[in-house]
Formats: sequence, structure tokens, C-alpha cells
Amino acid sequence: MNSIWEYANPRKFMATSAFLLPWVAGLAAICLVVGLVWGFFFTPDDFRQGSTVKIIYIHVPAAIMAVNAWLMMLVTSLIWVIRRHHVSALAAKAAAPVGMVFTVIALATGAIWGQPMWGTWWEWDPRLTSFLILFLFYLGYMALWEAIENPDSAADLTSVLCLVGSVFAVISRYALLFWNQGLHQGATLSLDKEQNIANVFWYPLVIALCGFGFLFLALVLYRTQTEIRARRLKALIAQERMG
Amino acid sequence: MIALLKRDLMLAIRAGGGFGLSLAFFLIFTTLVPFGVGPQTGVLATIAPGILWLGALLACLLSLDRIFQLDWEDGTLDLIATSPVPLEGLAAIKALAHWLTTGLPLVVAAPALGLLLNLPAAGYLWLIASLLLGTPALSAIGTFGAALTVGIKRGGLLLSLLVLPLYMPTLIFGALCVVRGAAGQEALTPLLLVAGITLGSLAILPFAAAAALRVNLR
Repeated sequence: MNSIWEYANPRKFMATSAFLLPWVAGLAAICLVVGLVWGFFFTPDDFRQGSTVKIIYIHVPAAIMAVNAWLMMLVTSLIWVIRRHHVSALAAKAAAPVGMVFTVIALATGAIWGQPMWGTWWEWDPRLTSFLILFLFYLGYMALWEAIENPDSAADLTSVLCLVGSVFAVISRYALLFWNQGLHQGATLSLDKEQNIANVFWYPLVIALCGFGFLFLALVLYRTQTEIRARRLKALIAQERMG
Repeated sequence: MIALLKRDLMLAIRAGGGFGLSLAFFLIFTTLVPFGVGPQTGVLATIAPGILWLGALLACLLSLDRIFQLDWEDGTLDLIATSPVPLEGLAAIKALAHWLTTGLPLVVAAPALGLLLNLPAAGYLWLIASLLLGTPALSAIGTFGAALTVGIKRGGLLLSLLVLPLYMPTLIFGALCVVRGAAGQEALTPLLLVAGITLGSLAILPFAAAAALRVNLR
């Protein structure tokens, strides 16, 4: 019986991810091209927002993936703390910069959309502010990885930071709701609504969302491979010196 | 553990620097604010709660890297780790010592600085209460951050990058409590939320700090 823990073996992980990577990357490319081209050129303009509404095809998927990247880091950190699988820790390390870039994309596209629509680039709205805070959390997490030399200590300490940071990130999210009334509209997509938005916008959005998901997966697989190779290289160099 | 607390307090008082320095920083910070925003008392009164909370927070932050750094450098930390005192207890004691030498003086000094910034009379009680309930959380979070970065040379800047985002909820509720209190509105809810964050931090973070210390002492 195969279990997911097999991939804790770096060799197994490398083989499987090498096989998966072209497919995932290809799916990401197809979904992104189809979703974005469909969204940008073949959907009608919104009657109030005009063509600016089309930024939603980048903004919403990037924002969703930015939060889910942190969630993935939380899970992989937990796995590292509990079962001490190196691949897991390296996957968390690999996901952080990707998540941070998605956060920046969400913030930037939001600002570009907000300027004509709200008349301001930035507003201290709970949603906007929590994304800024998320960005800071990513920064701190990556800085801690960089600052510690011993890779195992670095993995341990960043995992602890990720766990504690997650708790505080959730508290911050609700603290911000308490702090200021929002300008941002409610969630565009929720699982518990019958229909979120009109179907013409909905289909390309879902495809773009899948595209961002696959893109994230492909980048994380690729970066984890790089991390594993870097780790092996380090071991080889150390061996050379010994021998 | 009480001996440890006494030792930390003695060191803070006798070695100088640690005890009064953050207080002096708080004073200077508050004094600089009117130069930055202008001396209009109306403006100062509106921003006073936020400035006082920010000043207290930054003063706390400045003294964080002292918590473990000296003990780490001269090997005291290794000795304590091998003693029967659990590291969780050590982290809690360190946080308590930090609060007694930094947080408590800030609470005492804050009303005087509130006068400087023309804080409305209704706000003083809430200022003291929110700082009294909120600064222990700052010390506990800071101890965790100090434990994370103790093995890093020149970790001071990294420490602030890690700790400041964690300070955010405390700052929001603390400042909000004073703002509402000063405006004569209902301020009990944010005060209770500050207390909740403090209790939660005190319950969880000594364990996280001890875990980080164990990794660093390996």
C-alpha cells in the first residue's frame, strides 16, 4: 500500500516530482492562458466598473493562493516538527517566496484596481491591511531561514515561527475587523453560495484559479527539487573535504 | 526559579542600562512626536493614545535582545538548561523579569507622558489599565522572539522584523481601548480583548520559546 509518507524519501520525491513537474507546469500554462485570455478578451465589461473588472482574474486567484501558500507552509512545518521529514521542511522553505510574490501581486493588482474605483491606491481596510501583515510574516519567515546556518536548526526555528505566526495572523485578521470598517467588498467566491457571480465571469475565473493553483504547485515542486539538490551538493562538498 | 528571577532583576538594576534606558527611550520618543506633527494640542490629543502605545511597544522591543543574549554568550544558558529548572519555566521567568524591568516602569510613566501629549482626562484610567494588561503580552511575545534569534549574531534587526508583526493585535486593541476611553465611549471590550491576548500569550509562548531555546542549545 502506497502512502504519502513515501515521498518523505528524497529520492522517491525527486523521481515522482520529476515525472509530475512537466504535467503540472503544462496544466498551469494551459489554464492560465485559457482563463486569462477568455477573461480579458471574451467577457463583457461590467456596467459600472467598465473594463477594470477584468483584473479580478489575477487579483482573486493570487490572493487565494497567497493565503493557501501560508496554510501549506503551516502543514509542512507541522509535519517536519512531528515526523521530521526533510522534504517537508524544504517544501515549506520553497513555498515561502512563492507565497510572498502572490501576496505582492494581490496587493499590487488591488491598488491598480482601487485607484480608479475607490479613488485611492491604498486604504487601511481590514482586508488590505491583513494582506500587508501577511507579507510581513512572509518576510520575517524568509529572513529567519536566511539568518541561520545549520539547516536543521533553521527548519526547526522557522517551523516554530510559522506555528506561532499562524496563530497571531488569525488573531490579527479579526483584530483588524474590529479596528476599522472595510471598504473592500465581501468575498467574491464562497463555497456556501448558490451562485457567486454571473456565469460569464465565473467560468474564466475558475479556470484562472486552477491555473494559479497549478502554477503554485509547479513552482513549489521545482523549488523543492532545487533545495534538495542544493542540500546534496553541500553534502558532497563536505564529503570531498573530509576525504 | 525565584532565585533566577532575583538574579535577573539584580542584573538589570546593578548592571545599569537595562532598567532606565527603555524608560528614557519612551520619554524621548514621546517628546519627539510634537516636533514631527506640530504643537497643536487638538492634534496631539487625538494621536496621544496611539503614540503612547507605540512608544511603549518600541521601548519594549529595544530591550528584547538583552533577554537571552548575555546568558547565551557567557554560557549561563547552558548551565540553566542542565539544571532541574525546565526551560519553559526559564522562559516564563525571563518574560516576567523583562516585564518587571521594562513593562511596569512604562505603565507608571505613561500617564505623565500622557500629560505632555494632552491626553483627554477620561483616557488616563484606560491608558493605565490597557498598558498594565497589555505589556505582559509584549514581554511574552518578545521573549519568544529573543529565544528564536538568540543564536544569531547581530540578530537585533531580524528580531524586530519577527516580533513587530506579532505585536500587532495587542497594539490594535490596546490603542483602541485608550482612544475609546478618551472619547468617552465604551472601552471595556477592547480592554478585555487585550487581557485575552495577554493570557493566551502567557499560556502558549513560554512553550514555544522553550522549544526555540532547545533548538539553539543543541
